[in-house]
Amino acid sequence: MKKNRYFGRFAVFVLCLVFAVAFLLPTVLTITNSFMTEAEINSNYGTVFNSSKSNSYQSEKVNLKFIPDKVTGSQYINGLVRSPEYLIKFWNSVFLTLPIVLFQVAIASLAAYGFTRWRGKIRALIFFFYVILMLMPYQVTLVPNYLVSKWMHIFDTRWAIVLPGTFAPFSVFLLTKFMRRIPYSLIEAAKIEGAGEWYIFTRICLPQCRAALYSIVILVFIDYWNMVEQPLILLNDPEKQPLSVFLSTINQGEIGLAFAMATVYMIPSLLLFLHGEEYLVEGIAHQGSVKG
Amino acid sequence: MKRVNFKLHKQAKPPRGETSRGSNAAARRKDFLRSMCFLGPSVLGVIVFFVVPFIVVIYYSLVTNGTSPSFAGLDNFVSLLKNGAFQLAAGNTLKFSAVAVPLAVILPIVLALMLEARIPLKSQFRTFFLSPIMVPVASVVLIWQVIFNYNGTLNAFLSNFGVDKIDWLKSDLSLWVVTVLFLWKNLGYNMILFMSGLANIPRELLEVADVEGASPWYSFFAIKMRYLSPTILFVAILSMINSFKVFREVYLLTGDHPPEGVYMLQHYMNNMFNSMDYQKLSSAAIIIALFMIVLIAILFKVEDRFGKDVEG
Repeated sequence: MKKNRYFGRFAVFVLCLVFAVAFLLPTVLTITNSFMTEAEINSNYGTVFNSSKSNSYQSEKVNLKFIPDKVTGSQYINGLVRSPEYLIKFWNSVFLTLPIVLFQVAIASLAAYGFTRWRGKIRALIFFFYVILMLMPYQVTLVPNYLVSKWMHIFDTRWAIVLPGTFAPFSVFLLTKFMRRIPYSLIEAAKIEGAGEWYIFTRICLPQCRAALYSIVILVFIDYWNMVEQPLILLNDPEKQPLSVFLSTINQGEIGLAFAMATVYMIPSLLLFLHGEEYLVEGIAHQGSVKG
Repeated sequence: MKRVNFKLHKQAKPPRGETSRGSNAAARRKDFLRSMCFLGPSVLGVIVFFVVPFIVVIYYSLVTNGTSPSFAGLDNFVSLLKNGAFQLAAGNTLKFSAVAVPLAVILPIVLALMLEARIPLKSQFRTFFLSPIMVPVASVVLIWQVIFNYNGTLNAFLSNFGVDKIDWLKSDLSLWVVTVLFLWKNLGYNMILFMSGLANIPRELLEVADVEGASPWYSFFAIKMRYLSPTILFVAILSMINSFKVFREVYLLTGDHPPEGVYMLQHYMNNMFNSMDYQKLSSAAIIIALFMIVLIAILFKVEDRFGKDVEG
């Protein structure tokens, strides 16, 4: 009986190890491959990406390798210093994502306070509508976004993506769920002391939600850092595309460079993840059910 | 590991009378104005960027194309539904969702249950399982290429066992390949949702079941699954929406002209955007919206049945 139990736990442990390897491998490989020389990349993956230069060696079979033969940072230097187009695309991503994160969280904290502090039929109805809107896939919301961007003459500019992102209801939903957990007695007490709404909002509600705000920032950042659908439709100019789209159009002779830039693109979200994992987990966990 | 102190208190609602003291209309109006100071920016933005244009979308879907549009009834919808490309895109997307969504619900439950066992390195495993969510799709797409290409690793590996090479993304198995990529990205997120669902089950209940001699299977299906049912509902809806986003992986792997087997709804929408076919775009958006609403309503009803006695 006891032996059986130990065996069960051992089996679970092994299974977890297998899953862990499967989850980590693609990421780790991307990072290690970014330190290979272009020649090594070519000889390993030449057959996949057809970047055959007639006289260089290519192995018949592809060769998925962990450890570079020779560790080099040359791909990074190529990508970041010699050909600035990647750097430009990287900054495009930054200038698209950061405003969305800042504006969306700012607008959402106001709205969440509104939904928390006052209840009523109309507000419940609006909130319900927000939830429905949140559940709509891009295939639905992109058509309205496209129309608005044409009307406002912001099509093919950053604002065509930033403005709809600013008013996306996801943060409102999540932050309202957090704010409703603040004990009402706190607000009540402040009111009796004669505090105004703005004071209660900035001095009581927001400080209570600091952890929640951080977790929402991470979630929204990851979502928009990864965007593909919106720029494809709302930005025509290839120069304005974020790196998330541009990476896939990379020239075939530059696979090594692509690995390096893919790694660079991971770094901001990787850092956020490592620093704020606990917040991220709490943020995800509190979405709980859509009903609450 | 840092501990985060989230203030977990019972939901505190403002008392009903507080917001509208008695039936005093003036006070009520004052409350409304105050709440609108906070809700205003968000509501205004939603109206401008989503509501108004969506009304125009409905208008477009009901009129004919051309310089002098006239009322077309449901003609646009009929012609969309008869359109071959739309049928292919919708069919592929539905097929994919039908496979991927159930897996994206079941596998994370398994992962969450595994991490409930007393094993070493638990928190590390959680981090590892969650890690794909921070990796942009564009970053790992190169590795997927290397693995699933005709000359790729998977074929090389399988050829050791005498399996013939195939071009995975062009084969009948292409939707399964996409499913693997989808699951890789989404399992961790859903697992966290289930872990918090499992943590919310009252311990006493499970202990009583254990003392009374209930088998692990019984306590899993009769207790855990019941308490998890709101989470299952949420994960199902979330995965459904995410399954529409798998276009990203497909697009980044295969570009504008994907093999037929993985031609998704978003590809179709992109083509319609390129040809500026407002009628098709609008009717497609409306059909997808209606589909989602109906589906969500059904899921809510099912969950209501199943998890009735554990809530509230």
